[in-house]
Amino acid sequence: MIQAPTLALSQSSDFVTACYIVAFSLFILGIRQGTHPRTARRGNLIAAAGMLLAIAITLSLDVVGNGALILIGILLGTGVGVIASIRVQMTQMPQMVALYNGVGGGAAALISWSEFRHASGAGSIPLDIFVPILFSTVVGSVSFWGSNVAFGKLQDILPSRPILLPFQHIFNGFLLAAILAGCVVLGIDHDSPSEALFIAVLIGAAVLGNLFVLPIGGADMPVVISLLNAFTGLAAAAAGFALDNVVLIVAGTLVGSSGTILTIEMSRAMNRSIGNLLFSGFGAVSAAAGEREERPVSSIGPEDAAIKLGYADSVVFVPGYGMAVAQAQHAVKELADELQKRGVEVNFAIHPVAGRMPGHMNVLLAEADVPYEQLKEMEEINPEMPRTDVAVVIGANDVTNPAAKDDPDSPIAGMPIIEVDQAREVIVIKRSLSPGFAGIDNDLFYKENTSMLFSDAKGAASDIAAQVEEL
Amino acid sequence: MSLITEITIFVLAAFVGFEVISKVPTTLHTPLMSQTNAIHGIVMLGGLIVIGSADDTLEKLIGTIAIVFGTINIVGGFLVTDRMLGMFRGRDRKPKQVEEETVTPGEAGQ
Repeated sequence: MIQAPTLALSQSSDFVTACYIVAFSLFILGIRQGTHPRTARRGNLIAAAGMLLAIAITLSLDVVGNGALILIGILLGTGVGVIASIRVQMTQMPQMVALYNGVGGGAAALISWSEFRHASGAGSIPLDIFVPILFSTVVGSVSFWGSNVAFGKLQDILPSRPILLPFQHIFNGFLLAAILAGCVVLGIDHDSPSEALFIAVLIGAAVLGNLFVLPIGGADMPVVISLLNAFTGLAAAAAGFALDNVVLIVAGTLVGSSGTILTIEMSRAMNRSIGNLLFSGFGAVSAAAGEREERPVSSIGPEDAAIKLGYADSVVFVPGYGMAVAQAQHAVKELADELQKRGVEVNFAIHPVAGRMPGHMNVLLAEADVPYEQLKEMEEINPEMPRTDVAVVIGANDVTNPAAKDDPDSPIAGMPIIEVDQAREVIVIKRSLSPGFAGIDNDLFYKENTSMLFSDAKGAASDIAAQVEEL
Repeated sequence: MSLITEITIFVLAAFVGFEVISKVPTTLHTPLMSQTNAIHGIVMLGGLIVIGSADDTLEKLIGTIAIVFGTINIVGGFLVTDRMLGMFRGRDRKPKQVEEETVTPGEAGQ
């Protein structure tokens, strides 16, 4: 036995509840501080401290047993979590969050399964426990599989294009109805529920999780991850109902509701409704219509780009996922420094959904020590665009596509963009003319004042910087 | 705890979650998502509780996997969030932000 019997506490004792109250207060405080740039890091530590307290007090409960297995589980989980978090590149952060979210959902589903077996072994399961068990199983399972698909898409294991099977939404609807029907049958039969049916529900939810995320394009993944994050929170809260554990209920609900708000804010930043985002199979149609005609583009080399930039008065960089993939943020910062030495005014225009997650670009540029004041949000920089000499688009695509404004039939119509086409000149650094994550052609590339520089972002930025230095 | 007490707690916690997160700068969306992601790793406590009553091999296996999953969620979630936020620490950024924040309410009050 790991713990001495004298330490064993009852879950319903006042002392344990008091510790749980302290723990969830720390969670609330942590999230609150996480909403301000100055206190965010401390907020994260505060929440982590709350977690440590909650785990420590739970480990001393009388219902806890099988200490060896717990030890193995915690050691293994800590090892994987630490190694993965240290080794992950900043560019892979979004899929990492997806993965962590998935395992959380998986844990909720597995715990509910275990609790189901335990409770049904004793005969009848009271409905006030059974309903949360079923909810946590279904939602946890959807979240686990959905997050894994999101991870696969972002990691390029799965194609990032939306995959839409015929009648998929109708099929998904039937599947959801079947899962609910299974839950109702289990609930009616709660005196002796069938485990086979329970497992069928679990598997049905797994299939639904896969089918739900597959038709959604990679560009919308951040919103999906945020939504699944809220789902996992609710699954955790439901597990709290089933296990009669107050800290699970509060923490899970907090994540559920704050995650919902974050999801809404993100989709608002993309100017799309959540329904449209989840069910439209966004981009699938335009990807199928492959009648892209050859149009002329003007292409330049680093020397010409250096001259354009070096003799400009104001330059705006527009970074996108391409910069992240090429790890070009440091090279871009060097180029910005070179330009500033020559007295050029340099700013960075950050689209709210540039990259694969809101704030992704801010994180990367902050890593490269770009001063905070140079990072301009979209609303702030767009009015400046007509007065800008050169806008340099680095690995960004859809967030600069003027079709969002000009073409009401475009799949991204209405999405706010960085209006680089308003600048006097545009240089687009990109490896090829291939479409971005939304799978649509970008009219920007074919405009008169646009020059394409075909290269990877990092090489191009350091080449241009070297040329600027020689000017 | 009675069901109705639990529902009361649920509803209040939901409102706290809505309130606490309003008006977040876009920059912090990702770290905040990551932090709340770590917090729902709390579900790991459920694993600690159910594994105590696990009698057969299957239940022990399920419980152990749940604990592994939950721990990855917690440890990985908080560490990744910390790494992200660590990048916002700038040499001279902090004093400037303090200034901005103290100036704005003053202006609003005039």
